Amino acid sequence: MAEARPFQLEARGVSVVLGGVRALDGLDLVLEPGLRTVVLGPNGAGKSVLLRTLHGLIAPTAGTVSWSRPVRQAMVFQRPVMLRRSALANLRYALAVNGVTEPERTSRATAALARVGLEKIADRPARVLSGGEQQRLALARAWALRPGILFLDEPTASLDPGATAEVERVIASIAAEGTRLVMTTHNLGQARRLADEIVFIHAGRAAERTAADRFFDQPASNEARLFLQGELPWK
Amino acid sequence: MFEIFASLGVALELIGGADPELWGIVLLSLKLSLASAVAGAAIGLPLGALIAVGTFPGRRALIVVLNALLGLPSVVVGLVVYLLLSRAGPLGEFGILFTPAAIVVAQTVLVVPIVAALARQAAEDAWGEYREQLTSLGVSRLRAVPTILWDTRFSLLTVVMAGFGRAASEVGAVMVVGGNIDGVTRVMTTAIALETSKGDLPLALGLGVVLIAVVLAINAGAFGIKEWSAKRHG
Repeated sequence: MAEARPFQLEARGVSVVLGGVRALDGLDLVLEPGLRTVVLGPNGAGKSVLLRTLHGLIAPTAGTVSWSRPVRQAMVFQRPVMLRRSALANLRYALAVNGVTEPERTSRATAALARVGLEKIADRPARVLSGGEQQRLALARAWALRPGILFLDEPTASLDPGATAEVERVIASIAAEGTRLVMTTHNLGQARRLADEIVFIHAGRAAERTAADRFFDQPASNEARLFLQGELPWK
Repeated sequence: MFEIFASLGVALELIGGADPELWGIVLLSLKLSLASAVAGAAIGLPLGALIAVGTFPGRRALIVVLNALLGLPSVVVGLVVYLLLSRAGPLGEFGILFTPAAIVVAQTVLVVPIVAALARQAAEDAWGEYREQLTSLGVSRLRAVPTILWDTRFSLLTVVMAGFGRAASEVGAVMVVGGNIDGVTRVMTTAIALETSKGDLPLALGLGVVLIAVVLAINAGAFGIKEWSAKRHG
C-alpha cells in the first residue's frame, strides 16, 4: 500500500558533529530503490546518527542528503515513545497530525492495529503495554502513515527472543508491501534474515555496501572482515 | 501556652458549630483562589509548555522575567495591580478595585509565574523524551504544546494545586487591592491578619486551621490522582 514509484536517496560528503564529536565524517552513500538495507558497524561507528540524518532529525554539519522525489518517511526507534493515551488513540494521533481525517483515520488506525496483532488491546493505555507490544504498536503507527521508506534503529535491541521474532515478522511484511527499509541492528542473524544489502559503517564513513548474501562470507572491506571475526569468532 | 490551647478549643468549636462568619470567609476564599488558580493555569500552563518546547526570539528574556516574578514580594504585585485598577489607572474604568474581581486579578498575577515555571519543568522533561518521536511523526513545535500538556496532565494537576496554594495563602496583595472589606473582600488570610491584630485569636486560629486543612486536602487529592494515573497510564 506504500507509494510504489521508485526513488533514490543519496548522501554526499555528510559530516555530523555532535557535542564536539565527529559522528559522521564525510559519508557517501546511495540507497537504491526497492532494497532492504541493514546498516552494520561497531558501537559508536555512527549508525544511529546516519539514520537520524537521513530521516531529517539531525541536520548535517557538512554535505547533503538528497531525495530523487519527496517521499513520506517514518522511523521506529529502539525504545518506542508512546503518548499517555490508548493504543488506538496513539495511532489516531499520528494520522491526525498527518492530515488524515475521519472516517479514514479510525479505519486506518484499526487496520494497522490488526496488522500487528494488537486489535484486542486497542483500548489499553499504550505506555503500560509490554516492550514487545509497544514496539509492534510503534510499527503499526509507522505503517499506518503509509511511508515510502521506514527507518528502524535497533528495533529489537531491548526485546526478548519471542518478541523479537514477532517484530521481525511485522518488519518483513511491511517491506514485502513495497516500503523501503533502512535498519540498524546488532543482531547478525536478524541482518541475514531481513537484509538485501549491508551497509557497513566504520568511523563515520560507509566502508562498504555489499549484497547481504555475499557480505557475511566475503566482506569487501578489511574493517568489516575484522568486525565479523569479532562477532562470529567461530567462522 | 494555655492560651493557645484555649483559643484552639474555641476555634474548633467555631469550625464544628458552622459559624456563619467563619464559613462565609472560607467559602469566599476558596471561590476566589479557585478562580485565580484556573485563570493562572489557563495562562501559565501553555506559557510554560511553549517556553519548554519553543524556539522564539525573547525566550530567554521571558524566562528571566518569569523567574524574577517568582521572587517578587506579593505586596509589590498588589501595589502594581492597585495602580492599574485605581480610578486614574489604565484599567480604572472597569471599577473593580476593592471588589473580589480585583483579588482574582492580583492572585492570578501571582499564580502565573509559579504555574509557568513548574509547567515548564514538566514539559521540558516530557519534550526531552518525546522530541525525536514527535518530530519524526511530523509534529511541529507549536502542535507539540497541547500534546505535551495533555500527556503531562497528571503532573500538571499538582502544578495547578501549587498555584491554588499560592493564591489561597496570599495576604499582602489581597489586602492592598481587596481592602479586607467585611463580607465583600475579607478572605481567610486577611481575616487572620486582622483578627490577630485585634486580639481575637480563636477566629484567627480557626481560620488558620481551616486554611491548612484545605490546602492539605487538595494536595493530598492531587497526589492521589497522580499515583493512580501513574499506575494506570505508565
